[in-house]
Amino acid sequence: MTKRSFLAVIPVAAALFASGCVSTAGGNNKVEASESQCKSSVSEIAAGTHRFQVTNNGQKVTEVEFLTPDGRAVGEIENVGPSTTRDLTVDLEPGSYEIACRPEMKGFGVRTPLKVTGTNTTEPLDPALASAVASYRGYVDEQADLALTRTKDFAAAVKSRDVEKAKALYPSSREPWERIEPIAESFGDLDPRVDAREGDLEEGVRWTGWHRLEKDLWVSGLQGDSGEIADTLLADLGELKTKVTEVDLKPAQISEGARALLDEIATGKVTGEEERYSHTDLVDLNANLEGSKRAIESLRPYLESKDKALLESIDERMQSAFNEVALYKSGDSFINYEQVNETQRKALATKIEALSEPISKVTGVVTNK
Amino acid sequence: MSDVSRRRFLGLLGAGGLVGAAAGAGAMRIGDRDGVSLDSAVAFDGPYQAGIITPAQDRLHFAAFDLTTTSRDELIALLKDWTVAARRMTAGLEAGPGGAVPQNQDVPPEDTGEALGLSPSQLTITIGFGPTLFTKDGVDRFGLASRRPAALVDIPPFPADDLNPAISNGDLAIQACSNDPQVAVHAVRNLARIGRGRAEVRWSQLGFGRTSSTSTAQATPRNLFGFKDGTANLKLEDPTLLRDWVWANKEDDANAGWMHNGSYLVTRRIRMHIETWDRAPLFEQEMIVGRDKGEGAPLTGVKEFDLPDFDVKRDGEYVISRKSHVHLAHPTVNDGAELLRRGFSFTDGTDGLGKLDAGLFFICFQRDPRKQFIPIQKRLAANDLMNEYLKHTSSAVFACPAGTKPDEYWGQALFS
Repeated sequence: MTKRSFLAVIPVAAALFASGCVSTAGGNNKVEASESQCKSSVSEIAAGTHRFQVTNNGQKVTEVEFLTPDGRAVGEIENVGPSTTRDLTVDLEPGSYEIACRPEMKGFGVRTPLKVTGTNTTEPLDPALASAVASYRGYVDEQADLALTRTKDFAAAVKSRDVEKAKALYPSSREPWERIEPIAESFGDLDPRVDAREGDLEEGVRWTGWHRLEKDLWVSGLQGDSGEIADTLLADLGELKTKVTEVDLKPAQISEGARALLDEIATGKVTGEEERYSHTDLVDLNANLEGSKRAIESLRPYLESKDKALLESIDERMQSAFNEVALYKSGDSFINYEQVNETQRKALATKIEALSEPISKVTGVVTNK
Repeated sequence: MSDVSRRRFLGLLGAGGLVGAAAGAGAMRIGDRDGVSLDSAVAFDGPYQAGIITPAQDRLHFAAFDLTTTSRDELIALLKDWTVAARRMTAGLEAGPGGAVPQNQDVPPEDTGEALGLSPSQLTITIGFGPTLFTKDGVDRFGLASRRPAALVDIPPFPADDLNPAISNGDLAIQACSNDPQVAVHAVRNLARIGRGRAEVRWSQLGFGRTSSTSTAQATPRNLFGFKDGTANLKLEDPTLLRDWVWANKEDDANAGWMHNGSYLVTRRIRMHIETWDRAPLFEQEMIVGRDKGEGAPLTGVKEFDLPDFDVKRDGEYVISRKSHVHLAHPTVNDGAELLRRGFSFTDGTDGLGKLDAGLFFICFQRDPRKQFIPIQKRLAANDLMNEYLKHTSSAVFACPAGTKPDEYWGQALFS
């Protein structure tokens, strides 16, 4: 888990939100709010990015929201004090909206309709991208299932206080999570609960998840609450399984996920920080790489038609990265990362770096602008 | 302001970095005699690479790269990409046409952005090819071994060298010089970004103040010993000396015609023991250097540009010691050999023992290191009184090819 990886999903969301509506901001629109009124200077406006001057003429603090018919706020500004004016910029797609002024920032408030004209710029998804989404969604579901299955066995070993068995099951229980980490991390507080490392959390927040058990197993010995931690981990992964089926997956999230997984390797795995007690970093690293590869696989037909040279460069460097990791295979798993010296770690980092470059260009191809 | 006092003023700015960058740039403009703004752009293309006889700028970011690719085609593609980006950045443009803030928000920007709003600041970017580009561990990775110039020799060890291999040598070198440190760092950073996956940074060095002047229009700056440095340097105003001592010639080496109009670059990171130096009495400091500290004149003269007279004795002793720096480095004791010096002062934090890790990042350009840097340094390493206060911690040599035409890439002749 890293703080950085939370950010990985933000650019995608922002880019998708902004796509297609880059018309210049109009600056002279006004919304006047009070306890009894929500008055807009315009009732009809062309699709695009618009700035509204929001003035609170009432006595109470208010908020103003632009709502779609299904109640989603495409733009909102909170805490507008009495007799103050604030600016709110909103991206408006064609359709019917309501502007809601909500005194004391609660309740239904006062509402006024706003019609946004123009043609809908949301184009239907390219069929190759639609099947990429379907394919990758299947993979995410499957890995979320696998995480739960494997962690059940791991948790059982912890609860029966069988340290050797738990240690043996620990790395493989994490593999599915590491393969889909960027998606899993998009579910807010789930990631810190299952994957926080010691010192990642704010003071006062209880440290739970895999790495807490890692420390118990390898360093401090099983604690009184280790079994409880194992149960919590299992419950959290159950939540993951539910959440991944509901996620609204966009093609750019797949490509950004492929990139974010390599960033994970570069910042956390190659340095040996992720598994600082068990030194099973190579298992995570390999799983990250597998996840990245699978994300690109789902996009392969699309990339083949849109940018074959880029795909070829990725394929070549992906193979080269896997070859490097394979040097450290031991049976079904990998050697202890402490046995990998500085020169060897640098060689790994170099391969990952080389692969990251073409992969960072995939999103631009996927969004096709 | 008289010439002399203006020069002094500039010398202080250049050597000590006594003022902040912004104030410094403004102040230095006053002193520019040619009326060339220190904010302006330096032409990238030309018969010679810029950044060699270009009047020395005040800031340096030097980086050595190792190639991670083993493909000749990828190496050529890298040099092409670098040339395009360098040509743009030296003109004050963003590294790639997409810029730092591209229309398409879904792509990583083609420029990192920290130089937006800054002037070209006389940025020059100079490339060099290290011996390992031609042969590394006996392997000819890029089919270039037969083109290696005879003059591109590995620099031999000298007495008292304390070289750290991790910050020495390299397949490729980029020297970025500018009057604005951020512009120089931006240039190296963007070339490193463009190189990722093909080349990686092996080591890099920042320099905060020039320690040489390479034009008679420039005042002589001071190094961290507090002395003027580079008074007798080769200067761009003397084309005959440059021809003889700086520019490689196709007649020099039948295998390396591609180096015609190029030059050989040697770098040495020289840690200065400034704490012990600061405790040395002035007369000792001046004896070691062979010049006086205030004016920079040779101990046998009065003015900075007076020529030293090594035959003058006082009370039976040479006035300029035979073991002084100025004597040992002088052409008259080096078979006439001269160097174009272009070094910079650095401080890289502390040494963990309560002292500044500071010194001179020595840079010199020459026609043939076998006849210039190596014999001169051999003499200095054996005899120089200054050695007590110096430690060489890094060493590198590179062949810098000729300049480019607007449609050429760096080192194109090497690959044709």
